Amino acid sequence: MKYLISLLLGLLVGAAIFAAGMIYNPFLLNRGLSPLSVTESEVISLNFSGVPSDAIVYTNDGDSRLKPFPEKVLQLWEPSIRLTSAMATVMRDARHQTAGIGVKFSSFSERTRLLYGEAIVDSVWYIYLPDQGSLFIEQFENYWAFLREVALPAYRSSANNWKGTWIGNLTVGPGALGTAAVTGGAGSFQGLNMEGLESLTATAYSVNDGPAAAEGRLLIEMPDAVEEFEDGLSSE
Amino acid sequence: MLGVAGSAALLYAYPAVDQHREASIVSVAPNGGNVESFHVNVPMDRILVGAPGQKQPLPAGMEWPADQILQDIRVELFKIRNARDAVVGVAARTAAKDGSTDLIDWVLHLPARGSIFVNMQPGATETGFRIGELTAGSREFALLNGSMTERWVPDTSGEEDAPQGRIELLTTFVGDEDSL
Repeated sequence: MKYLISLLLGLLVGAAIFAAGMIYNPFLLNRGLSPLSVTESEVISLNFSGVPSDAIVYTNDGDSRLKPFPEKVLQLWEPSIRLTSAMATVMRDARHQTAGIGVKFSSFSERTRLLYGEAIVDSVWYIYLPDQGSLFIEQFENYWAFLREVALPAYRSSANNWKGTWIGNLTVGPGALGTAAVTGGAGSFQGLNMEGLESLTATAYSVNDGPAAAEGRLLIEMPDAVEEFEDGLSSE
Repeated sequence: MLGVAGSAALLYAYPAVDQHREASIVSVAPNGGNVESFHVNVPMDRILVGAPGQKQPLPAGMEWPADQILQDIRVELFKIRNARDAVVGVAARTAAKDGSTDLIDWVLHLPARGSIFVNMQPGATETGFRIGELTAGSREFALLNGSMTERWVPDTSGEEDAPQGRIELLTTFVGDEDSL
């Protein structure tokens, strides 16, 4: 009997050591500089609130930590969409003026590999900017760093919340350099293929309600005018 | 050591996320391409009707922003169903006046498969369809070309709990020749 108890205790201690290793392993964090941070091309910057109750509408399966908003919005409870959330929100430009409307669909990804520090979400944005056109953004996001540095400390806090400043890039693909694929739909963006990046700045997080103060940002790199000119010459 | 190895093996072998999949119902078009039908039951599948000046906003309590720049936009979010009437994803339809032209865009998001972005032609055909080209797709749809039609089909069943009608979306996709 004592051997069985020793074995169980050993397993539990081993599992705890493994969990601690996962949480504190510095090699599981990739906080490298995004290529869009140093680009010389024109970049469109769009900001949005990262707090669900600031959106026009936010919905999910209704059982998640993030509460649907408004309260009576249709919830995504069906098996095919219960790991999905939908949000419509106002997009603001770099001067914080309203620039358009954004719709984001996010689904937990089967590519998630917690062992490698990958908590992946497959998401797409549809953005309409009046007088400019529409954009479609496809991306994979990794929330591991956010979970580790914001959500987990909030759980460990006796007050069940976290305050501080966390700034991180969420986009990790599908671009080879960890960027999102952006396609122009209508207007001046029509026919353009671009790259993008979503980042998040969080300053308060609650275990009960999720992000209490957070600002998201989308950077979209416009195609280089010189490249377009050269492409035009080569096609003539 | 057994605890550490066991935890690692469990995390490696057990999928953290397992999306539910409905079997795709795809038919082959006579002139080539895969045809797949989706629909939205109205009003029960409507998540959002975002437009200015609504007396009864949907969902209740939704406030459309008062910014002048957003006054010519209508954004709708839906659940979308396959031919068996099972919910398989969510979709956004945006209608706006872009300068002198009308814009209608659809984004279909099927969590287990990928997403579709279709830029529709604003005018409907003589048969009541509106047609649009697949502008971009993700994952399963990334390497496809094709089109999608939309049309409104009013309900004629007369049943008490029947929807008012449905928005039918018919996709016809072919593989990108360059990828073959």
